[in-house]
Amino acid sequence: MLLSIKNLHASINGKEILKGVNLEVNKGEVHAIMGPNGTGKSTLASVIAGRDVFDVTEGSVLYKGKNLLALPVEARASEGIFLGFQYPVEIPGVSMTNFMRTAVNEQRKYKGLDPLPAGEFLRLMEEKKKMVEITAKLANRSVNEGFSGGEKKKNEIFQMAMLEPTLSILDETDSGLDIDALRIVANGVNKLRSPENATVVITHYQRLLDYIVPDFVHVLFEGKIVKSGGKELALELEEKGYEWIKDAVI
Amino acid sequence: MATDNNNIINEVTNSEYKYGFVTDIEMDQAPMGLSEDTVRFISAKKNEPEFMLEFRLKAYRKWLEMEEPTWAHLHHPPINYQDIIFYAAPKPKKELASLDEVDPQLIETFNKLGISLEEQKKLSGVAVDAVIDSVSVKTTFTETLSKYGIIFCSFSEAVQNHPDLIKKYMGSVVPYSDNYFATLNSAVFSDGSFCFIPKGVRCPIELSTYFRINAANTGQFERTLIIAEEGAYVSYMEGCTAPQRDENQLHAAIVEIVALQDAEVKYSTVQNWYPGNKKGEGGIYNFVTKRGICKGSNSKISWTQVETGSAITWKYPSVILLGDNSVGEFYSVAVTNNYQQADTGSKMIHLGKNTKSTIISKGISAGFSENSYRGLVKISKNATNSRNYSQCDSLLMGDKCGAHTWPYIRTENSSSIVEHEATTSKISEDQLFYCQQRGISTESAIGLIVNGYAKEVLNKLPMEFAVEAQKLLSISLEGSVG
Repeated sequence: MLLSIKNLHASINGKEILKGVNLEVNKGEVHAIMGPNGTGKSTLASVIAGRDVFDVTEGSVLYKGKNLLALPVEARASEGIFLGFQYPVEIPGVSMTNFMRTAVNEQRKYKGLDPLPAGEFLRLMEEKKKMVEITAKLANRSVNEGFSGGEKKKNEIFQMAMLEPTLSILDETDSGLDIDALRIVANGVNKLRSPENATVVITHYQRLLDYIVPDFVHVLFEGKIVKSGGKELALELEEKGYEWIKDAVI
Repeated sequence: MATDNNNIINEVTNSEYKYGFVTDIEMDQAPMGLSEDTVRFISAKKNEPEFMLEFRLKAYRKWLEMEEPTWAHLHHPPINYQDIIFYAAPKPKKELASLDEVDPQLIETFNKLGISLEEQKKLSGVAVDAVIDSVSVKTTFTETLSKYGIIFCSFSEAVQNHPDLIKKYMGSVVPYSDNYFATLNSAVFSDGSFCFIPKGVRCPIELSTYFRINAANTGQFERTLIIAEEGAYVSYMEGCTAPQRDENQLHAAIVEIVALQDAEVKYSTVQNWYPGNKKGEGGIYNFVTKRGICKGSNSKISWTQVETGSAITWKYPSVILLGDNSVGEFYSVAVTNNYQQADTGSKMIHLGKNTKSTIISKGISAGFSENSYRGLVKISKNATNSRNYSQCDSLLMGDKCGAHTWPYIRTENSSSIVEHEATTSKISEDQLFYCQQRGISTESAIGLIVNGYAKEVLNKLPMEFAVEAQKLLSISLEGSVG
């Protein structure tokens, strides 16, 4: 078992958002979490990544058998958890090369490895840029600064490719993407799929799941996973809308 | 956690005390307090010619009539000028046999800054082995320089050996009556540097290199004079990224730069004096007057500074653009943490036609500190078609610190263009979280973000110092978030 979430409750400023989430993810699997706005999808992603504005009030999260909630954010990242942000931030003056080199080497340090030699690092950058079809001179640009919406999302997948995580959580990666960008992003994710890693895709629409085909689909509603199924559940949702879930649950 | 530690620099500089500066009580110091006798004593001690004594006395008498300025956004207890020893011969530091005897924390800071082993020894007072003896290196440099007719020596030596140049240029940019602290300096200055680049000569080495090996014992009242004749060029670096401790609380320095026609002077500073402890006790009061004059046409003076030290910084490196088509630049990063206060900026005085100036100021405030930008852009009636671009950015860390901007703009002709931009931002939780989620520790993340913010200025530093300055910024802000 890669990730095991049991009865997870989390709140922000005293307001409970997650009200008992249960989820299990194994290596090699792709899970999709769907649901209407404001039901806690992004909160779940943030809590797994370790964002401290959320208080976990109850429940447990085991990752590779370890108590994930006890680890600081950067340790979780080095243990292989990657979050693809819905709104990637800009960091002016910090080049992508410098940013990625710092990230790669800090993760290597965590694992007791020496920093990657500069030549090798640059080759890796080139290889991964190709994978996500990034053509611009990304390396010299500041992190996300002046990137279009699509470029930002591609850049997230590029970072994912660079860091080779074990568990990737992609938060609304499809939002704001035109169809070409969506295809590129999805292709990137598919190329990175392996029996050794797992992906959790958070999305609002079924559209993305035409490209990234999930093994499991979960519906998050009012802080709980209320329905789980195979990929056909997504189609059913698309057809019947979330009202159907509401009616079914209440 | 490292984030809970005091500012490492504070710790390091605090602990330096125990290795002691030997305090031999000899008659090599002036009596306490300031009087005409003190001024005469200093001048006599230095065996100065009559004109120097007159200059000092004129300044002293002027100073008596002046009052300490209060307009800066700075708060400190009144300075008792009768409680200061204005002249003491440099005290020899106790020499240590090896680096093993040096405080390990100091070594750690050196390593973080990436300072070479030889320099570490030099800076911490360990005897340097004969092979890389700094004296011999210094001699080699001096020989190289003299081949080009470049004079680079202490101010005192220049007074003895080149009195004509001193007479001609000293006080020509910063007059003895300029301001309270400059006037005080003019009366009691101890020593400093003198640099003369003759006509048409491009100084073949960065004088920074020289300066570091020379690591002159910077005094309390330092005075520097740099002259670049027609078509000459020099890049000069003052200070050092390594933490510097001084037992003298009050510092009032003067730097004067003269650039003749087609000359260019690049002056870079890294200032890392003891900033006081975490509670705001102690620390250096740094009141500096730095000014250059672009005397001839097409001349250029640029100031680049990275200020991380001192409890109080009061400093406005300025350029008087007298020659037509002359250029003035000011690039600054000022970091304040804990209870530090900085009131710094620049003045660009446009007198010649088609003169251009640029001001890029980046303030970073953390802890309970106050960081102010104060600048003046003055374009006179005759400075037609002149341009200024000013950009003043403030970065806040936490919610207990302050950032202020006071730009003054005076334009007396309509053909000139003055632009001013100012921004204030915070290191956002979002930026930190984004970095951490990629596996980057909080401290590295702050280092990345802050250096990105200050990049435009750091790029202007001589290469060898840029890298150290980057690390210095991160170290100065350690423990300020989280």
